[in-house]
Amino acid sequence: MEFKTFVFYFLSAVLLYAAARVVTLRNPVHAALHLVLAFFSASGIWMLLQAEFLAIVLVLVYVGSVTVLFLFVVMMLDIDANRMREGFRKNMPLGLGVASLMIAEMGFVFYSRFSGHVESAARQAGPEYSNVKEIGRLLFTEYAYPFELASVVLLTGVVAAVALTLRGKQKNKSVDPSEQVFVKAGERIRILHMPPEKME
Amino acid sequence: MDMLRQFGQDMLGPAVFMVAATLAKIVCITLPLMLCVAYLTLLERKIIGWMQTRLGPNRVGPFGLFQPLADGLKLLLKEIVIPSGADKWVFLAAPVFSIAPALAAWAVVPFDDGVVLADINAGLLYLMAITSVGVYGVVLAGWSSNSRYAFLGGMRSAAQLISYEIAMGLSLVVVLMVSNSLNLGDIVNAQGKGLFAGMGVSFLSWNWLPLFPVFVVYMVSIVAETNRAPFDMAEGESEIIGFHLEYSGLAFSLFYVAEYASMILCSAIASILFLGGWLSPLGCFPDGFHWLAAKIFIVLVSFLWIRATFPRYRYDQVMRLGWKVFIPVCIAWMGVVGIWMMSPWSVWK
Repeated sequence: MEFKTFVFYFLSAVLLYAAARVVTLRNPVHAALHLVLAFFSASGIWMLLQAEFLAIVLVLVYVGSVTVLFLFVVMMLDIDANRMREGFRKNMPLGLGVASLMIAEMGFVFYSRFSGHVESAARQAGPEYSNVKEIGRLLFTEYAYPFELASVVLLTGVVAAVALTLRGKQKNKSVDPSEQVFVKAGERIRILHMPPEKME
Repeated sequence: MDMLRQFGQDMLGPAVFMVAATLAKIVCITLPLMLCVAYLTLLERKIIGWMQTRLGPNRVGPFGLFQPLADGLKLLLKEIVIPSGADKWVFLAAPVFSIAPALAAWAVVPFDDGVVLADINAGLLYLMAITSVGVYGVVLAGWSSNSRYAFLGGMRSAAQLISYEIAMGLSLVVVLMVSNSLNLGDIVNAQGKGLFAGMGVSFLSWNWLPLFPVFVVYMVSIVAETNRAPFDMAEGESEIIGFHLEYSGLAFSLFYVAEYASMILCSAIASILFLGGWLSPLGCFPDGFHWLAAKIFIVLVSFLWIRATFPRYRYDQVMRLGWKVFIPVCIAWMGVVGIWMMSPWSVWK
């Protein structure tokens, strides 16, 4: 067995195990940690496909920020595992339907991909070939408009997040640092002169 | 060297030899790094001592030189207390999450022209991805301790790390704009060219001068990223909520090893991105690893200098500085550099 094949199967096994644990573990924080492991293994598999840009961005975006936010949320919330399981039997048919639909879709994609030519069409590039440069070139030339559209969607998301959490002028007692910097000693303390009491 | 390689390949076969050689290289990077971490703690105490007209540690060995070993032995022998109700596995894994990125990031750091463990095209991107994993150590340490103080401390430190990571990432974007590459070796070589380099004073053509605002943002951000004074919320006496509140013994010291290892890493990256890496400051001297080492040393000493000089920031001021000052500065300078590069006065042609 070639070393690359061994690495592929190892990463796939870890990925499948981690993905299964994400949905079966009772503790949501442990589930989120297994999600991190799943992302790392998937990034390793992409690295094997010479898609180093996508692999590293997967770690940067999903492990570095998205899952951290997941963790924040599941740590803050007090999640009761038993209450989460209540609707399991009721929602089972719907879940199975969605899952089988997704499996069918993936099957179609892979079937059409591999039925024509079993050999991978991705050309084996030399070390000089830069994946990042190629993706950047395509994004800014051929796919410029979809790229701009995606950024507009993201911008809308940012504006919506701010609009949802900003509820008018806040009545908090936060201080203005620029005023703090220019404060004088005389504005903070007042020295009183009191005549000493006379002993009689 | 070639003979050794030939001998190894004959003995072990090419695949096994490659793995063995890579492992040997990793040891060659990690062992000196750990030694540097140990002696950086001594250097810190000595330098801060001198700045405050004290002697610093001077009892263990000549000039206190064995002090780090004594400290390490002491921490090794202490009990690791696991709080009741703590999530044991996550509690013990959190320090590992902290230290692993600080070591793994060294894979792409070039020590000299071509002397690098993994010479990959997306080196800078790898660096950002790996260092962003370090926040897990903080979050998980806070959560798994089963203590409200540690949890709040973990949340604060994580928010601080994420905020300054954004400022750091944006400053790196400006660097890669002018150097036209994500490969750290190429970034250094790009700094060796330019108007001033042709005149023999190449230290003026390094990135720190044309990208000065970004350089300042990066230098302050790495202090905040490594949880160092004046941004060391986790160690503040007045707010007793550090994420490592419940840790003791070797588990606690691992957080500190991670802090010092990432200090050295950040200094190395700052030297490579802004201070010309292994290039010599004047054209008449040969380039080499010693220049990189000297630059790392200077940046590290300035870390200690900052610690001895500035009072600790308040938490809301830390967040304000990151979001309202550094990020706008980086975005503005990105626009300026973009226009500058396209203008006839571009210095990066």
